[in-house]
Amino acid sequence: MTKMPKKLKTPLSENDVRALKLGETIYLEGVVFTGRDEVHLHALEYLEKGKKVPVEFKGSALFHCGPIMRKVGEKWEVVAAGPTTSSRMNSLEPQFIEKFRPGAIIGKGGMSQPTVDAMKKYGCVYLAITGGAAVLAAKGFKSVSGVEWYELGMPEAIWIMNADNFGPLTVAIDAHGNSLFAAVNTKVKENEQKAREKLGLK
Amino acid sequence: MVTETDIQNAVVELLRKAVVKLPADVEESIRKAYAAETDEVPKMQLKAIVDNIDMAIKGNTPMCQDTGVTIFYVTLPKDCRVNVEKGIVEGVRKATKEVPLRPNAVHPITRKNPGDNVGERMPYINWKVGDKDYIEITVMTKGAGSENMSQLAMLTPSQGLKGIKEFVLGAVLRAGSNPCPPTILGVGIGGSSDIAMKLAKEALLRPINQRHKDPEIAKLETELLEAINMLGIGPMGLGGKTTCLGLNIEYAYCHTASLPVGLNVQCWAGRRATVRISPDGKTAYPTHER
Repeated sequence: MTKMPKKLKTPLSENDVRALKLGETIYLEGVVFTGRDEVHLHALEYLEKGKKVPVEFKGSALFHCGPIMRKVGEKWEVVAAGPTTSSRMNSLEPQFIEKFRPGAIIGKGGMSQPTVDAMKKYGCVYLAITGGAAVLAAKGFKSVSGVEWYELGMPEAIWIMNADNFGPLTVAIDAHGNSLFAAVNTKVKENEQKAREKLGLK
Repeated sequence: MVTETDIQNAVVELLRKAVVKLPADVEESIRKAYAAETDEVPKMQLKAIVDNIDMAIKGNTPMCQDTGVTIFYVTLPKDCRVNVEKGIVEGVRKATKEVPLRPNAVHPITRKNPGDNVGERMPYINWKVGDKDYIEITVMTKGAGSENMSQLAMLTPSQGLKGIKEFVLGAVLRAGSNPCPPTILGVGIGGSSDIAMKLAKEALLRPINQRHKDPEIAKLETELLEAINMLGIGPMGLGGKTTCLGLNIEYAYCHTASLPVGLNVQCWAGRRATVRISPDGKTAYPTHER
């Protein structure tokens, strides 16, 4: 018997987040926001100008994703919604976490040390979802409540998704300074020597 | 006679096939990687990929939300009278709405998105004239996550074969988890800076289970692939046996004082599709017959 993976409801409390273990598989239910390059830039700009952002990011699950959406009548539908490369947000995420306090960042490929540090300091985790598996990911969303900043273009807008079984998500950076990606990198460095020898390189 | 509308309709179908279903060689290698993986975390990543491949086909839905920018390779018959370019452009517009594709093409500086994947020099079309009586159109829908990891090196001839190996290995290490591994790598050697990059992308058009016809190049393809798969970057950079599904090399003669090397990185979703349009307007899709 495989044990049932944990299911968490958004918004996430700091307790929820701190209790998550590295490598654990979870699913989410509740509201999930999409946001990538432009959302990070815009939100931080709004803050600087003292303007209010259109959604509440505190405790939220922010998904690095630019989905394919389709309007059927008055309603939006998710066609495909896999993750985008999170490292593009490396330079903005630590500040975003500090100012907006999301509970989870969802993406692929992991993030750099300043983000790992910010996650530890403010209580946030990084949840990895399989890149390219966009149909599987979209199946986790039962409906779409709306869209903000649509003028940024379909991939860059904030889509407000209602998840009922969004996942599987792997806790790849926990709220205690640990990262699966960092662990893999250490191993890769060891393996590099073997690969070099095979290629006849020093 | 083939009309512009025939081309347009064929391109819509071509794009639909390309984004929904992988060519047989790519799908097979992913299933093999899944079967071979023993660790729990990478196995789960590959399971998600395999499940997603099946779900995309079942729902006739794009497998990945990043349906890329559309890069075309066209071979025209000698006496082609139809405006193939216009057919392709209108086909891309229509496919963006109908498939649907994500509107990805934006102005490079203002970042304005026209919403239909059409803009200055996009779709991008590579032209050739062939000796067949049909029009052959191949499309690659190239996502940004992997394309962003592509690189060019202008090596010196003295760096030679070792320099080529260093460059490819170094680029794979730098790309790490970012390009949605397990990747497919296209390497272009020689020519000039632009030719090396062009060959690197064209190398991705060859099925990954076919080695180069030159045995020395074929050996280098296998050697590099095996070395990369020793790194343990694994699916999505979370560790594991398969970092790279296939590596293809194309080369061109180059200046005696140069050694350009291009690397084009493709994610696991190596999407390419070909259509042949006969003079009577009939279409065949050789990459998507199964």
